[in-house]
Amino acid sequence: MVRESMEFDVVIVGAGPSGLSAACRLMQQANETEQELTVCVVEKGSEIGAHILSGAVIETRALDELFPDWKGMGAPLNTPVTEDQIFMLRNEEASIKVSNILVPKTMHNHGNYIVSLGNLCRWLGEQAEQLGVEIFPGFAAAEVLYNDDGSVKGIATGDMGISEAGEQKDSYIPGMELHAKYTILSEGCRGHLGKELIENFDLAAEADAQHYGVGIKELWDIAPENHKPGLVLHGSGWPLSDGASGGFFLYHTDDNQVVVGLIVDLNYSNPYTSPFDEFQSMKHHPVLKQYLEGGKRVSYGARAITKGGFNSLPRMTFPGGIVTGCNAGTLNFSKIKGTHTAMKSGTLAAEAIFEALQNGCEGGQELQSFTDKFESSWLYDELFRSRNFGPALHKFGPILGGGFNFIDQNLFCGKIPVTLHDDKEDYEQMLPASECKPIDYLKPDGELSFDKLSSVFLSNTNHEEDQPIHLKLKDETIPLNRNLPQYAEPAQRYCPAGVYEVIEEGQEKRFQINSQNCLHCKTCDIKDPAQNIRWVVPEGMGGPNYPNM
Amino acid sequence: MKVLVTVKRVIDYNVKVRVKSDNTDVDLANVKMALNPFCEIAVEEAVRLKEAGTADEVVVVSIGPKACQEQIRTALALGADRGIQIETEEAPESLGVAKLLAKVIEEEQPGLVIMGKQAIDSDNNQTGQMLAALTDMPQGTFASEVKIDGDNVNVTREVDGGLQTVALNMPAIVTTDLRLNEPRYASLPNIMKAKRKPLDVKSPADLGVELKAHTKLLKVTPPAERQAGIKVASVDELVEKLKNEAKVI
Repeated sequence: MVRESMEFDVVIVGAGPSGLSAACRLMQQANETEQELTVCVVEKGSEIGAHILSGAVIETRALDELFPDWKGMGAPLNTPVTEDQIFMLRNEEASIKVSNILVPKTMHNHGNYIVSLGNLCRWLGEQAEQLGVEIFPGFAAAEVLYNDDGSVKGIATGDMGISEAGEQKDSYIPGMELHAKYTILSEGCRGHLGKELIENFDLAAEADAQHYGVGIKELWDIAPENHKPGLVLHGSGWPLSDGASGGFFLYHTDDNQVVVGLIVDLNYSNPYTSPFDEFQSMKHHPVLKQYLEGGKRVSYGARAITKGGFNSLPRMTFPGGIVTGCNAGTLNFSKIKGTHTAMKSGTLAAEAIFEALQNGCEGGQELQSFTDKFESSWLYDELFRSRNFGPALHKFGPILGGGFNFIDQNLFCGKIPVTLHDDKEDYEQMLPASECKPIDYLKPDGELSFDKLSSVFLSNTNHEEDQPIHLKLKDETIPLNRNLPQYAEPAQRYCPAGVYEVIEEGQEKRFQINSQNCLHCKTCDIKDPAQNIRWVVPEGMGGPNYPNM
Repeated sequence: MKVLVTVKRVIDYNVKVRVKSDNTDVDLANVKMALNPFCEIAVEEAVRLKEAGTADEVVVVSIGPKACQEQIRTALALGADRGIQIETEEAPESLGVAKLLAKVIEEEQPGLVIMGKQAIDSDNNQTGQMLAALTDMPQGTFASEVKIDGDNVNVTREVDGGLQTVALNMPAIVTTDLRLNEPRYASLPNIMKAKRKPLDVKSPADLGVELKAHTKLLKVTPPAERQAGIKVASVDELVEKLKNEAKVI
């Protein structure tokens, strides 16, 4: 069956901060110059914001540029940061509060806001629609389309109504081809089309290996007497051990809610590490427990982040389009912030594309002008200054690496004349299970800590039952024949949604993929030591339905 | 023939419903809303009648604040032709809804009205029946099959213990049950087209209806949480526990 097609000037994949900023900026320019411009955004979530999960403390720099009057326009930035606290958790009881003087200044949050990034995206979506952007939630971009000359022609949305066996159901409708002069890929971390383009055009040829973390987050209603709007807690240490690193956050937002989460670096080596259980244990530490105790968990979710930074950043342009935001890896690890950088990369893409179209460009070009704009922007400067932050922590550990970062950020403003590299892929770090000790995690108490299934339940995740499994194994024998004996199949533990299970039935073992639980975090695509799992988009609408996450 | 379909904006069925901490109502802040699934089935049925040539226009109506236009647009994307929003701040009670709809019917003169049997938020299952009484139209509720036969509509109803088929003179009111059809996905071009389809906004005053509250919501409480189960070692222990702890045998 021939697919129908629609033509646009620009097609944007993913309605996150980067894609929506690009969409808004494109139409702003078109409206200012009274030019006809057609911009379309496709989003796999059931609505804008449904798949958005972030801390989030954001810096408003990019938003200030995009909508200088965002306050007057009612952008949902309601809680300014009032106080920063940083803790080193030493064990299950003890902690050290780090003096602000010793903190790299990139970690100070004065002037920043605690937001729900989901709600910010919903607001950006409204602005984009008012500016004339066509946004289609519930439609997943499933494939990249190429012109005969190899340049990107757009994307195709996935077919709907295919059964698990691959047959067309009554509800079948074929995907649509969305052709564009330029395509922006803003799928977020490890977007499956962005990944394909980075590989196909060898965009990462000159970059270090990319690095990732998986962030697990919960939203809590807490007792009003424990609530301190604007208070921001960060920290590291316990219970992470045995080669695993990461950091926690706890932000007091409005309405007696706090968000609490843990980002575990995905370069951990012990295959028995379970980021989910680390997080659940961590909430029992007095530093966090003091706020959560007596509260009620409202929502749960997880999402991988791209954190390699400057050294790992691929070329972002390819013939016919641009990869932006976390899809490329613009997050600033030294600030633990990616929203303002993602937004900026989106607006820069919009400016380069609009300029090209205005000059009569028919599309399909590789836009050097984007790279020029990027390299002369504050975004580039910011990423350059923080290029050593992650590698220093990876190489020297949190204490010495933290010391290096303090000197680099506070004394040299990030311009220390050395560049540290960390060129080993996260998935290559895994050690054989035989060389590691199983980790005995705390049993959930149902008050502060919970099991995986009741957690996934709170993500409101749902996938149409009868559809092909969207977690593709390149080789179906690897989980049981290789990963299980060598690494005790770590997918059972790194997946924060309990998608992967090894089930024993008598003497037989079976590898089960509960794809319906999937939170679209992409950790499996990143961390599988055999790189055997490929995450592809399920039917549109599927996945989590996050509220104000 | 014109078909009138009613749609309601409700909390999405995938969302875990939470009660506000002061027990005044369900918490709708930051919650995903969607088209009531039974209403979606009603839209699908009407669109199928249009595709079969039996109906020539499908009109959707919804009652609520401006946000419910989103659900009207969803129905238009599924194939309805035009929309009517009756703007109210609060969600009116079933009787208020039925009175408003009765006025719409008076204006629109549809040959058939298709409604969901109930909305998944309040689960009242009243409006269709009340509307039938107010308009003096025959009703076929809980429909699992709808067949137009000249001036009649034959409705197969899901009743306790089986199926019942009733023949109604049109104009008539049909309320849908789950098995009537499986709604289609809206296609991308149809979603675009839906943005340009006509949508009228009216107020209850335009229709000459004054909304009154006849009931008062006192308290909303979540169901008691289920206690964790235990594993028993033997049949004897099970029997013992059923007898002495649960006291069910």
